[in-house]
Amino acid sequence: MSGAEKITVKVTEVVPLNELVTRFRFERADGGLLPTFSGGAHTVVEMHDGGITRLNPYSLMSDPMDQTAYTISVRRDDEGRGGSLFMHQQVKAGDEMVISFPVNLFSLDLRAKKHLFLAGGIGITPFLAQIKQLQRFNGNWELHYACRSAALGSYADELTDHYPNETHVYYDDEKQTIDLVNLLDGQPLGTHVYVCGPKGMIDWVRKTAAAEGWPREAIHYEEFLAPQPGKPFEVKLAISNKTIEVGENESLLEAMERENVDAPYLCRGGACGQCETRVIDYAGNFIHRDHWLDDAEHAGGEKIMPCVSRFEGKTLVLDR
Amino acid sequence: MTIQFNNESFRDDYSFYNSERAIKRFPFPFHEDSYMYSVNMEQHRGGPVDSVYEMRFDVDEHYVSEMRDRAMVLADDPLRCQSLPHMTLAGWDLLELIMVSKSEDYPDLFELHRDGNKWRWINKPLGIDHSFTFLDEATLPCGPMEYITRQAQGDFAVLDQRDDNLWMDAGMVTTQADWSLDFDIGMNFFEWHAPVPLAHEKGIFVRALKFLMNIQQGAPARRLNWTMTVNPLLDTSPENYHKWGIQKTELTPQNIGAKQHLRVELQTFFRLPRSNALVFPIRCYLCSFQDLMGVPKWGRRLHRVIRDLPEELATYKGFIDNRPMMLDYLKDFDDGLPTSPGIWPELDTEPPLTR
Repeated sequence: MSGAEKITVKVTEVVPLNELVTRFRFERADGGLLPTFSGGAHTVVEMHDGGITRLNPYSLMSDPMDQTAYTISVRRDDEGRGGSLFMHQQVKAGDEMVISFPVNLFSLDLRAKKHLFLAGGIGITPFLAQIKQLQRFNGNWELHYACRSAALGSYADELTDHYPNETHVYYDDEKQTIDLVNLLDGQPLGTHVYVCGPKGMIDWVRKTAAAEGWPREAIHYEEFLAPQPGKPFEVKLAISNKTIEVGENESLLEAMERENVDAPYLCRGGACGQCETRVIDYAGNFIHRDHWLDDAEHAGGEKIMPCVSRFEGKTLVLDR
Repeated sequence: MTIQFNNESFRDDYSFYNSERAIKRFPFPFHEDSYMYSVNMEQHRGGPVDSVYEMRFDVDEHYVSEMRDRAMVLADDPLRCQSLPHMTLAGWDLLELIMVSKSEDYPDLFELHRDGNKWRWINKPLGIDHSFTFLDEATLPCGPMEYITRQAQGDFAVLDQRDDNLWMDAGMVTTQADWSLDFDIGMNFFEWHAPVPLAHEKGIFVRALKFLMNIQQGAPARRLNWTMTVNPLLDTSPENYHKWGIQKTELTPQNIGAKQHLRVELQTFFRLPRSNALVFPIRCYLCSFQDLMGVPKWGRRLHRVIRDLPEELATYKGFIDNRPMMLDYLKDFDDGLPTSPGIWPELDTEPPLTR
């Protein structure tokens, strides 16, 4: 069996926050309580869009202790394959949907003396749950949140209202930027850094922190990648003894699922490592997009993460 | 189902015993006539009625006496229970998991009444009726992990998950097969498994760690492990080796059937929701050789497994010196007939001993 346990929920609220971001509230369809979770956890939302089934991960942003409802915020991606467009355009209050049990790949290090959160854009969502968790236990935290403009700064106002001392917001259109070197320099020993946002921001924080001498273990990051469209390609699956075609708008993982090949997965965003698959033979180029394999593995041609990565070339044979 | 709790001891006079029912439900760990390490995990979601797999936390006739033995071990050595400061939330997670599971699975024995964070816990076998505030340590007589594991059979290792590894950062360990929480506290998965022979070379631990880190909420897992213990001792700890180690030399052909016990651990794994930690309950079941021999299939199989076990494993499990005497006893219960696959006793279909 693949993926986490499922829960059938009812959409009880759809709230557009701004031009790009809409918030969804889920309650259990049977009226019962949802599982508690830890701040930083995500849920995988199943979408049935015409004949296509998509499973996209979204960070849970509600209070982890609140078992009556989960909330997520979805940023519309007009360039993507349509998962976020489906959420924005098709999902209405009253709809039933299937989501997964919470899975946490971005949990707080509870040993930390202080938690320093760095958010970029929609990357704010996991921190909303972590902040609620820490507030409950008088945790020491500080948030630096960069967004494009005041109009697109989801939750910036309420964070500033509730936690004026801990919250620092930076607007790109006002040329405000996080002074990262200075910020890192001023942190007490035992601080852990968490960054969630676009890839460029994550790389910048990791590199800067490493250059400033921060231990690798004190820097935590999460970026879910949506699978990107690409040229169709053919894959031979050695164990299943099938040759399948991966279409332009589906991922390799989705194509295997369409053909009823039991492929393991968890986050579906290139982060968790669960879907790692051995390459038996290939002639062509990999388009690796995951965060799981390291550079040497990406260059090695022996492994692929089918949830987000693709292939261009003549032959690809996988151990699946 | 009502359980008649035994009044028995796991030390001194060793009055421990298994009823007929307990023998029948003993988790015999060998599914075939040989044994080698494997990551033999399966989902932990119920099992045959009255088997040790049926409930999330099995409660059996030894419950009250085991808890009494745990209290004695802790009185002598408080370091058997430790929780590093960042593990308190995981302790509450564990308390919630056990209280909810037991009150749902054994409503005649345990009750949990919740009104927001005002909780009332009733444990009838141990005579406890306690009201407290969930997540407020001041309302319990000790930390949440210690509180609930003084009321739950088996050892508990509570593992923090970070840096792509699991860390032994809290636990209650009084019924262990010769390992020490005080020694292992703060170690990661590879460090605390370092003494195990053969399994590292086979890549068992790399795969096991990957599996464990991917255990998710709502999808617990389980496996069986085993060793041998002379006398029905729960506390076979390194701390007390000077007390129990010597007893391995007291085995004779006359007393081996009664004294030699197969020790089986039902290991389960649950993701803890609020802390994202992993709890690893290790529940110990003991059964004497003579009681096991009452099940023809187990008699045949145990002889073959012990006979063919690699020397390294017999050494690691601590019975290499006694193996010849064991085999001498066990061979009389192996008539060479084939055994059916699986761990269950199959008393109705397996032929009786033919010699």
